[in-house]
Amino acid sequence: MILNIKQDHNRFRDIVKGKIRSNFKKFISNSDMIGKREKEFVTIPMPQIEIPHFQYGPKSSGGVGQGEGDQGSPVQGEPQDGAGQAGNAPGEHMLEVELAFEELAEILGQELQLPRIEPRGSKQIRALKTKYTGLHNVGPDSLRHFKTTYKEALKRQISSGTYNPDDPRVIPVRKDMRYRSYKYAEKPESNAVIMYMMDVSGSMGDEQKEIVRLETFWIHTWLKSQYKEIETRFIIHDAAAREVDEETFFRTRESGGTLISSAYNLAQKIIDEDYPISEWNIYPFHFSDGDNWSGEDTRYCLELLKERMLPLVNMFCYGQVESKYGSGQFIKDLEKDFNQDERVILSRIDSRDAIYQSIKDFLGKGK
Amino acid sequence: MNISPELAKIQQGIEKHAKDYGLDFYETIFEMVDYDQMNEIAAYGGFPTRYPHWRFGMEYERLAKSYAYGLSKIYEMVINNNPCYAYLLESNELVDQKIVMAHVYGHCDFFKNNQFFSHTNRKMMDEMANHASRVRRYIDRFGQDVVEEFIDRCLSLENLIDRHSTAIKRRRDSLADETQLRLLKTERGYMDSFINPKDFVDEQQKKLDLDKTKSQKFPNEPELDVLWFLMEFAPLNAWQRDVLGIIREEAYYYSPQGMTKIMNEGWASYWHSKLMTEKILKDSEVVDYADHHSGTVATQPGKLNPYKLGIELFKDIEDRWNKGKFGKEYDDCTDYREKKNWNKNVGLGRQKIFEVRRNYNDVTFIDAFLTEDFCIENKMFVYVFNRRTGQYEVNTRAFPEIKQKLLFQLTNWGQPIIKVVDGNYENRGELLLEHLYEGVDLQPNYMSETMKNVSVLWGRPVALKTVMEGQGKIYRWDGTEMKEQNYDAPNAQQVVSAFATEGK
Repeated sequence: MILNIKQDHNRFRDIVKGKIRSNFKKFISNSDMIGKREKEFVTIPMPQIEIPHFQYGPKSSGGVGQGEGDQGSPVQGEPQDGAGQAGNAPGEHMLEVELAFEELAEILGQELQLPRIEPRGSKQIRALKTKYTGLHNVGPDSLRHFKTTYKEALKRQISSGTYNPDDPRVIPVRKDMRYRSYKYAEKPESNAVIMYMMDVSGSMGDEQKEIVRLETFWIHTWLKSQYKEIETRFIIHDAAAREVDEETFFRTRESGGTLISSAYNLAQKIIDEDYPISEWNIYPFHFSDGDNWSGEDTRYCLELLKERMLPLVNMFCYGQVESKYGSGQFIKDLEKDFNQDERVILSRIDSRDAIYQSIKDFLGKGK
Repeated sequence: MNISPELAKIQQGIEKHAKDYGLDFYETIFEMVDYDQMNEIAAYGGFPTRYPHWRFGMEYERLAKSYAYGLSKIYEMVINNNPCYAYLLESNELVDQKIVMAHVYGHCDFFKNNQFFSHTNRKMMDEMANHASRVRRYIDRFGQDVVEEFIDRCLSLENLIDRHSTAIKRRRDSLADETQLRLLKTERGYMDSFINPKDFVDEQQKKLDLDKTKSQKFPNEPELDVLWFLMEFAPLNAWQRDVLGIIREEAYYYSPQGMTKIMNEGWASYWHSKLMTEKILKDSEVVDYADHHSGTVATQPGKLNPYKLGIELFKDIEDRWNKGKFGKEYDDCTDYREKKNWNKNVGLGRQKIFEVRRNYNDVTFIDAFLTEDFCIENKMFVYVFNRRTGQYEVNTRAFPEIKQKLLFQLTNWGQPIIKVVDGNYENRGELLLEHLYEGVDLQPNYMSETMKNVSVLWGRPVALKTVMEGQGKIYRWDGTEMKEQNYDAPNAQQVVSAFATEGK
């Protein structure tokens, strides 16, 4: 049965893709489907076209809720402004379900049309695994393969004329016995390490960090679904770089100048020490507002990338977060030098809404 | 698809029990659909056919995806029509189907008997199909893009109807065109001063004069039904007028469902729980039923669950009227303990809730029956957005504030109230709208886009009087640019400060 709605649905898809009525594009936003993972709500992007109405501004009105909590304690969950759309579907029960990590990744992959990653290591990295797929004529009784043994015995009895169809008894002898045995199978296995670097100098505000946090969450979710083993390392830097744990990575707020090379140096050092290129897929991600201290340091960074880091990594991703002090120069320098280089992916993230596009920039190439 | 004989038998049972309890509904027809059909029907707002429009496709995509990802599931749908149509999801468990059926009979009773539904078209199924074929005809004649764009503009204004009017207005009100006061006839001249006393005649004359000055205004009184005003007076083509009429008709049809969400869901939940637990449930189904029911009435701190609030209020009302906890004697009692154990055994509960379901809507329902005890028992609070911490926070648990906030959210369906005040603004044929300011600003970008849409329909510049950040403003869209102008809104600051306690 073909549903009538398919026509409307195609029409909607065409509008979203900008095929028809392209002046409508400005109303398209990524509204979010809300899922829940552990305690955190995560949102899944859904294209949505909003028809403007006279309506109240967001977050100005508040509302009425039910539950525990004293005055001033935060309201859990995602409160809705106003009374919410009560209307169109009478008696619609909605339920919220927890999502597993893999499911989230799958949804993300579908929505953003991310290609599956071809691990670079698959050629070099092999692990031997034993599999019980073969047969052998010696072995312990516990591994006896009954069916084959029976067939062998039957074959022997028929060919030697001792098989009597009226009394179909088959008695195996020693040399009919077959046993399961193992074979070595080569199994490609790949490992990946993601190195997150973040600029925590004075110009990176809370909102910028939140953007980085959301984006790394999704990147991590996606890469995790693509590799069996995944390691993460976190580096923060202002004028000097240091390695930290995840918690610190998102919480720290330093101040002071910015030397991007310090982070790249440290990342390089970690790669050299811990992650031999033959065994690891390496993904460095760097987030900054792009205000480097000096042109000289920028030149040094570019050289470092070109000469040492790029040959080792799958790709190098740089996301420049727009801050209230404007957007820095660094991304332009990278653009100039690596314009043709497929290994370097650059993305500008000017607001939360740009996160999905940015993820698509980074992961859309399937490397 | 028809339901199975087994379900049909269960339906008969439930219907009979529902009638025995006094529920009164139109004939109810259940149909079995699979999830894809359910998503389609839900996207169409409950109907099998609607006019072609992309937003149904958008809604379908949202529903289909969130179903596919396991984020949500629609158990049932029921539409206000005679006969009532209700849809059951094929993949539901038997006990789920029973709950849904019981729930549906609650809705059907509500649709039929609540006075705010009395004006709705009970043959809406046919009406919607007619709308669809009319719009299709226009699309064939004028092209899809043209018609669709016009529909988009109309939809942008669909909330500008007079929700609290009990009936949809069909045609222009006849204006008082009397100029002469009609006096009672007297056959005997000397009686005249008694039958038409002078001061009464003078008063009537004064009223008539006032009406006359009013009738020079256009519209005479500020008009809440902006769509009606545009239909009557905007320079539209016949097909445009018809499309606008279709949008308005459908908006009025859906409006009572928005106005009675809490009551309607509360009523249906009350009856499904009553029917299930007292009549229908088998022992083996108790756990599944409890699971389903608790999911339906589950609360989350940041959201008010209309099912929960509604069912609890109906139960509370029933309890209070059973025990006689109402009236002067009870209200005047100051002894806490005595009040708590109050029981006069008057047994009016069942009668009262039926009366409530007939005469109230969400606003009056909350206003009349939300009590302080109820708020405390149900742990209700008001939350506000704290800009400093960037999150929603519990603001207060004080009863007056909760009630005020809730009523504000429910009034006009949580939408700003916009009226046409002048159809000949500045004597240039422009349209002046006024936002009845209640302390919350309009969303500026949406406001200007909507004004542009009004202006396209009206064919002349459009102005809107409102308040932004404590300052009275008149915005005017002249077709190319938006200009703003301050004016003195005497109550702007006042209203803002009244709401300042809410952390603005």
